[in-house]
Amino acid sequence: MNKILTTTLLAATMAATSAFADTVRLGTEGAYPPYNFVNDKGEIDGYERELGDKLCEIAKLECTWVKNDWDTIIPNLVSGNYDVIIAGMSITAERDETIDFSQEYYPADPSAFLALAGTKDDAVNGIVAAQTATVQASYVNESGATLVEFATPDETIAAVKNGEADAVLADDAYLKPFVEESGGELIFLGPKVQIGGGVGMGFRESDTELKAKFDAAIDMMKKDGSLNELIAKWFDGYQANY
Amino acid sequence: MSLQYCADPSLLHGWQWLSCYLLTPKHQLFYTSFLVVFALLAITAPVVLLLGFAGAMAKRSSFLPLRWFGSIYTSMVRGVPDVIFFLFVPIALDQLVEYARHKIKCPDITAPVYQGSDFIVCAAAKMPTSNADAWVHQLWGFSLAVIAFSIVFGAFAANTIHGALQAVPHNQLETARAYGMSDSQVFRRVHLPQMWTYALPGLSNLWMILVKATPLLFLLGVEDIVYWARELGGAKTSYFEYPHPDWRLWYFLALLVFYLLLTWLSGKFFARLTDKFSVDKSRSKANSIKPTLIGIGR
Repeated sequence: MNKILTTTLLAATMAATSAFADTVRLGTEGAYPPYNFVNDKGEIDGYERELGDKLCEIAKLECTWVKNDWDTIIPNLVSGNYDVIIAGMSITAERDETIDFSQEYYPADPSAFLALAGTKDDAVNGIVAAQTATVQASYVNESGATLVEFATPDETIAAVKNGEADAVLADDAYLKPFVEESGGELIFLGPKVQIGGGVGMGFRESDTELKAKFDAAIDMMKKDGSLNELIAKWFDGYQANY
Repeated sequence: MSLQYCADPSLLHGWQWLSCYLLTPKHQLFYTSFLVVFALLAITAPVVLLLGFAGAMAKRSSFLPLRWFGSIYTSMVRGVPDVIFFLFVPIALDQLVEYARHKIKCPDITAPVYQGSDFIVCAAAKMPTSNADAWVHQLWGFSLAVIAFSIVFGAFAANTIHGALQAVPHNQLETARAYGMSDSQVFRRVHLPQMWTYALPGLSNLWMILVKATPLLFLLGVEDIVYWARELGGAKTSYFEYPHPDWRLWYFLALLVFYLLLTWLSGKFFARLTDKFSVDKSRSKANSIKPTLIGIGR
């Protein structure tokens, strides 16, 4: 609550001083806890919400949040609907061809397979669900398993529960609460796989100045240890070494 | 608006949990989004009717280029799948507006607008500008959707109205002329009033299709009822105050009931309207869905 008040106050004062102060629009998916999600108040919440607000404060930028579906999150950045992607996006060479990335603000998260209890380990080569346009989707595609894609992450889990898919491949941090809260219905299957690099913010290739500002802000948070604290808070005590 | 006992959701059970759950601010956003659907219908329907009239008149015009324009408009929109049109128009319109504003507001910038895959206009040309409130962005997106809907359904309406104008028996118009009425008098007194009888079944059908096409708003990124139903229905883990399994089935069922109610009420309304517009009541009651049988003073 306090944080929201500060941001509003900050926004109000900045709007007063210069009516044309550039507002930076942060684009996120709002469906990928703990990275980002829409809470019961209807507000964007999660690790990236808190991180994004903090980074804007450090970089002295006025920021607003925009929700956008995952599968069009890159095209809509490029066409200028918002200025930054901050949506649990792994830094990959393929994406780097269309957009630019900041330095990582979350280390490479291993991906895990989730399945119904009692599923045999070779299900990872059967029908595997993944969210469209994710690193996991391309991994499954290349692994020889049959890929079924879904627009939102929670549909992939629903697919496993319905028996439509044998397993889901997604970030470990996203799947963890589903397994823990399923009462034994859902399990992790087989070993975890390391796909893609760390998680970074996405920018238009022409936006080098904005990217530099956020890079500097991330640097500051890495140096003073506040980034590690934030990660531990949202990712169940996970210790990152920044 | 929230109830006293809702302070700590983790302690709640049964109907108390449910009542608090259904009153969360997020659910209130869902309830208000029904207004978005009604607003779309309330704005689009009259615009569609106007465009339909304009299109039909253009098609009947004695001025050749106007006739071409009318025919191209109706056949082009009719020949393209709605969804493609809905995806194309808002993006094209958005970029067109921003391009024009860029040329007007920032004439000094010579860098090309299209740089590789980036579409770059100056900050002042952004529509809406980046410091505008979120609701302005929502409204802009909604307006683009309204325009797309109006163009598509306007073309359908133009065809319906054009057909209805053709369907009015020719000898009646001749008779009117024989009575000494001018062309515009014939149109206003005989042609137009009778046209409605022939147009109404087609227009009521169009209304039903329009109602059922409203979830396309979701496709255009407008936060409508489908958006919130999917968002609220998805499985929620303990990161949320009200965790629950996948409930999309129930949310979509609610939407299904909503649309059934809406189309059912619309059907009743149009049945009455058809009744009102048919001149020969005794025949129209017997044959209310066959407008070709409704004559006048024959």
